[in-house]
Amino acid sequence: MTLTSPLGHTQKLTSASDPVLEIKNLSVDYGYGYDDDPVHVLRQVSLTLGRGEVLGLAGESGCGKSTLAYAATRLLPPPGLITGGEVHFTDRDGRTTDILRLNDAQLRASRWQDLAIVFQGAMNSLNPVFRIGRQIADGIRAHRPEVSQKEALERSAELLELVGISPDRLRSYPHQLSGGMRQRVMIAMALALDPQVLIMDEPTTALDVVMQRQIVEQIAELRERLGFSVIFITHDVSLLIEIADRIAIMYAGEIVEDAAALDVYQRPRHPYSSALLHSFPPLRGPRRELTGIPGSPPDLSRLGAGCPFRDRCAFAFDACAKVNPELVFPNVPGDDPRRSVACLRHDPAAVRAVGEEPLPVPAELSAR
Amino acid sequence: MTIDTSIVEEGEELARPSQAPATGVVTAAPRRSSRGPRKFLFLRNSKAITGMAILGFFLLIAVIGPYIAPYDPSARSDDILQPPSWEHWFGTTHLGQDVFSQILVGTRGVIVVGFVAGILATTIGVIVGVTAGYVGGLGDESLSVLANVFLVIPQLPLIILIAGQLPTVGGVTVALVIAITGWAWGARVLRAQTLSLRRRDFVEAARANGERTWRIITAEILPNLTAIIAAGFVGTVAFAVLSLITLSFIGIGITGEWNWGTVLYQAQSQLALQRGAWWWFVPAGLCIALLGMSLTLINFGIDEFVNPRLRSTGLNAKSLRKRGIRPRIGFTPVVYEAKEDRS
Repeated sequence: MTLTSPLGHTQKLTSASDPVLEIKNLSVDYGYGYDDDPVHVLRQVSLTLGRGEVLGLAGESGCGKSTLAYAATRLLPPPGLITGGEVHFTDRDGRTTDILRLNDAQLRASRWQDLAIVFQGAMNSLNPVFRIGRQIADGIRAHRPEVSQKEALERSAELLELVGISPDRLRSYPHQLSGGMRQRVMIAMALALDPQVLIMDEPTTALDVVMQRQIVEQIAELRERLGFSVIFITHDVSLLIEIADRIAIMYAGEIVEDAAALDVYQRPRHPYSSALLHSFPPLRGPRRELTGIPGSPPDLSRLGAGCPFRDRCAFAFDACAKVNPELVFPNVPGDDPRRSVACLRHDPAAVRAVGEEPLPVPAELSAR
Repeated sequence: MTIDTSIVEEGEELARPSQAPATGVVTAAPRRSSRGPRKFLFLRNSKAITGMAILGFFLLIAVIGPYIAPYDPSARSDDILQPPSWEHWFGTTHLGQDVFSQILVGTRGVIVVGFVAGILATTIGVIVGVTAGYVGGLGDESLSVLANVFLVIPQLPLIILIAGQLPTVGGVTVALVIAITGWAWGARVLRAQTLSLRRRDFVEAARANGERTWRIITAEILPNLTAIIAAGFVGTVAFAVLSLITLSFIGIGITGEWNWGTVLYQAQSQLALQRGAWWWFVPAGLCIALLGMSLTLINFGIDEFVNPRLRSTGLNAKSLRKRGIRPRIGFTPVVYEAKEDRS
C-alpha cells in the first residue's frame, strides 16, 4: 500500500491552538523498582493532538508507541507506573482536565465518553455469549443510564450502519461475523458515545490488506463526518502516510520526529525516519535501494547518555555520544514551522554546549 | 528486613539533586546493584514470614512438646480446677491435670495428622486431577466419576463410621481416612485448570516440538498449577486439623492420646464454660486459630510469590503502599517522581 492514495484526504495541520489532548513530559516506568531497577520506557514525552486530527504513531516494536497511548489513558497494566507528567484533555466546551489526576469514578466516566480505544486484536474483545447489539447497548447504557434498552439498541443499529454493517446483524453472535466485521463492530462500539478522541492500537494488524483498506477508509470517512481526533498506532508506516495528517516517529521511548505526514514521507529530517522509510518500497517514483536499519533497538534498561539511535545511525558523530538530542525545529530553511526533530545534526547549539564542532545537515536529511 | 533498607535507599536517591543540566545532557544513570541474594525471595514476603514463623513454632512444639511438658498430661493432682498460676501456666482440669502440658503434648498429634492427611490428599488429588485433565476421553470420564463419587460422600459421618469400626484408632488412621475422603475437591479444581492449560499455545507448541507427555505435564503444566496445589494443600491441612479436633471433640477417635480436641472435649463435657474455667478451653481454641491463621498467611504468600507478575508487588506491598501505588488493571498508578525534566 502506498501513498498514491485515492483517499483524497487533504493534508491539513490543525492549529495547535485547538488541542484536544495534550501530553506533557509523560514518563513511564515498568517495574516498581525494588527487585529490579525500573525500566524507563517513556522519558518526558510530549505530544499534542489537535481537534479533528489523525495523528499517527510509528516506530519499531518495543519503542513505546502502545505504552504512550495506554499511559495517556491510564490503562497500563501492572507493573506499569506513570512517574510524571500531565495529560490534558480539553472538552468541547473548553474545560480542561488532567487525566492523570482524575479519581477512579471520574476516570471511569470519562472513558469511552471522551476517549475511546480500539484495542490491538480488537476482534477478540467481544464476549462470545452475547449478541453484538446487546454488547453495544450495554456500553451506551452504562454511561447514559437514562437511555432505555430499546433506544440503546436503535442507536446500536445506527452505529452498525455507520461502519457499513447491515443493522439486522444486531442479533448476531460474534462468531457469526468475519474478522473484519468484528473489527468494525469494535469501531462502532468505540464511537457509540460520540468520543472526541479515538485511540486505535494496531487495529488492522491481524487483517488482510483488503480489509485493512476498508477499515482505514471507513475511519477516514467517519472522521470527516463526526469530527473526532484519532491516534493511530501501527508499525506500518505506509499505511500511516495514507491515513494520518501528522506522524510522530518514536524511537527508544522518545519522539524523534513530529511532522505532517507528507513531510515525513518526502522530507524526513531524522535519520531514523529516513531509515524507516527506506525499509519499504514505493509504488511510484524513482527506484531506490531498500536499506532497512542495521542492528536492533537499544535495551531501554541500560540506556546511557547520548542519542539512543547513534549506534545504528549513518550520520552519527562525536557529540551524539554526549548529548541526548531534544526536539527542535529542523535546521533546514523553509520547513513547516510546526515540525520538530530530535537530532544533533539539526541542533548546533546543543552540540556547541558540550564543546564539539557541529556538523552540517546531510543532504539526505534536508531534501526539499 | 530487606524491604526497609530498600526504602531508605530509594529515599536517598530521591533526595539527591538532579545532575542533568538544562541543556539536556543526561548523565548515565548508575545501575543500582541488585540487593542481596536472589534466593529465599519467598521469605521476603511479610505474610509468608509471619505464617512460617507461627507454623515453625508449632512444628517445634510438636517435636519437643512431650519432653518439655512440666507434668504428665494425664496425671491427676490435688490442684483441682485452678486458674493459671506459676505452677500451672494454663491452670488445671477437674481432675487436677495440667492444661499447659496437655496442650504441649497434644500438638504433635494435631500436626502429624494435619500434614500426613494434607500430603496424601494433595498427592492423590494432583495425580487424579492432572491425569484426568490431560488425557481426556475415557480416562477423564472414569476419573471424574470417581472424584464425583468421593465428592458427594459426607466426610465427617464417614470418618465417624470408620473410626468407630476400627479396633484401634491411631493418629495415622485418622489421617488416612481424612486423606481418602478429602482429595476429590482438589482433583476437580486441578482437572479444570489442566483442561484450560492444555489448550494454551505454549502447551500446544511443546507438543508440536515433540516433548514427551511426561515432560509436558511436569515442566509445562505443573508449574502453572503451583498456586492451586499449594492452596489445596494448605486447605486440606486445615481441614484435617479441624476434622481431627471435631472427632476428638465429639469423643470419637484416638483413645489415650492427647490433642487439642481432647482438651476441648473434656472442657465441654465437664461444663468448663458454666464453671467459669476459661483457661481450660481458651488456650486450645487459640492454638487452633493460630495454626489456621499461619496456614492461611502462607497460602497468601504462595499466591503472591508463584505468579511472576505479582511477585514484585507482593514482595514490596508495604513500600508500594508507602508510595501510594495500588497496582490495578485499568487504573495505572501515577506518582510524581520523574527525575529529569525537559521543558
